Amino acid sequence: MKPAGFTYHRPATVDDAVAVLAEVNPAGKVLAGGQSLVPLLSMRLAAPEHLVDINRLSSLAYVRVGDDGGSVTVGALARHADVERDAAAYAVLPLLRDTLRHVAHPTIRNRGTTVGSIAHADPSGEMTAVLALLEGTVTLRSTGGERTVAARDFFTGPMSTCADAGELVTSVTFPVPEGRTGAVWTEVARRHGDYAVCGTGVVVTLDDDLRVAGARAAYISVAPEPVVIDLTEAVAGEMVDDADWPAAGRLAAGRLDPGDDIHATAAYRSHLAEVLTTRALREAAGRASVAA
Amino acid sequence: MSEAMFEVTLLVNGVPRSATVPARRLLSDFLRHDLELTGTHVGCEHGVCGACTVLVDGRPIRSCLQFAVTVDGAEVTTVEGCTRPDGELGHVQQAFRDCHGLQCGFCTPGFVTTITAYLEENPTPTQEQAREAIAGNLCRCTGYQNIVASVLRAAELRAEETQR
Repeated sequence: MKPAGFTYHRPATVDDAVAVLAEVNPAGKVLAGGQSLVPLLSMRLAAPEHLVDINRLSSLAYVRVGDDGGSVTVGALARHADVERDAAAYAVLPLLRDTLRHVAHPTIRNRGTTVGSIAHADPSGEMTAVLALLEGTVTLRSTGGERTVAARDFFTGPMSTCADAGELVTSVTFPVPEGRTGAVWTEVARRHGDYAVCGTGVVVTLDDDLRVAGARAAYISVAPEPVVIDLTEAVAGEMVDDADWPAAGRLAAGRLDPGDDIHATAAYRSHLAEVLTTRALREAAGRASVAA
Repeated sequence: MSEAMFEVTLLVNGVPRSATVPARRLLSDFLRHDLELTGTHVGCEHGVCGACTVLVDGRPIRSCLQFAVTVDGAEVTTVEGCTRPDGELGHVQQAFRDCHGLQCGFCTPGFVTTITAYLEENPTPTQEQAREAIAGNLCRCTGYQNIVASVLRAAELRAEETQR
């Protein structure tokens, strides 16, 4: 239960970090909070030759609300706890804090980074689904320059992304949903803070007459990567108070194809997806109806 | 090829401590093996049980999920540092004694550090909040009722101390 040896790099700047990643490519792995990577190393499920520790890159330890309040950008060294406690981010996008409260335990959130969990792309990682739900973006740096990738292109499978081993994910941006919207995260885990058996984040948009204009949901633990489903067709044009949310829940469950594992059967996961979707949509609609 | 070594210096419970270790030395092992501070316990060694929790720059973290070299220069508080300045039991430790909050005692260091930091943030927790505060720590004796009582008792002792 001890990590194998590796060559350790502790760059002081982002330029140095990407230079090291380029030099050792493809044998380098980025170490941020380490809350997923260190157990993998200790269990020897991973043994990278080079570890590039970015914990000294203080320029990436930020949470920034866009000038117009239309987005929240999180740097690669912002801990989950920093994002969770950021008052300005909460004011424009409460979904971040609401969801982060489900990410592991406070002790893990003190060290784990939001960007790291997204780069790790665990199919049970809440923040991957939130980024996909909000149609966010991921910014990557390498010695060749910078590129920004849409969440739907970033996640390519369980624990895999389009990031090259020579690239450093420097930030992610969560857009604030436009219009009269409400957003909710909900999940079922055996113990609060454990990996969810099924989790969903939803956004409901209402028009000026309080009719449903849009509904979509993203899921964790039921697909190899964060999957986003547009559920508008099940509830479009219905008044917020008597929209057929269970129909939207059924539509979602019908589109998902979860697998069996030791934690839950596929049938149970489908059931959870239906129930949680229904519940989350109803709550999000309630929030949207009192939104400014 | 011999493994590269790094000098790591931490301010542990207010005292500067150094050792020269390989990069893969976990903070938990650094504290126990290199600094001989064996109060920090190692249970699962993959971040689930919480026994190895210590405070780094005031925040509780899992010391088994961190390389010592990563936190070089940080301030660390272990269970040994959760006493009063005169060496007597600190309020969380005293509360565990008062409420029979420990049975075998293996998980206790992680609970004491976690609760110490939690009460800084929320000095007057409800029973439900006390339960949530310790949800990331496992007690294999399953003595959770008394540990929840210890959180509430520690909050009382802490309030009495700060009033004085």
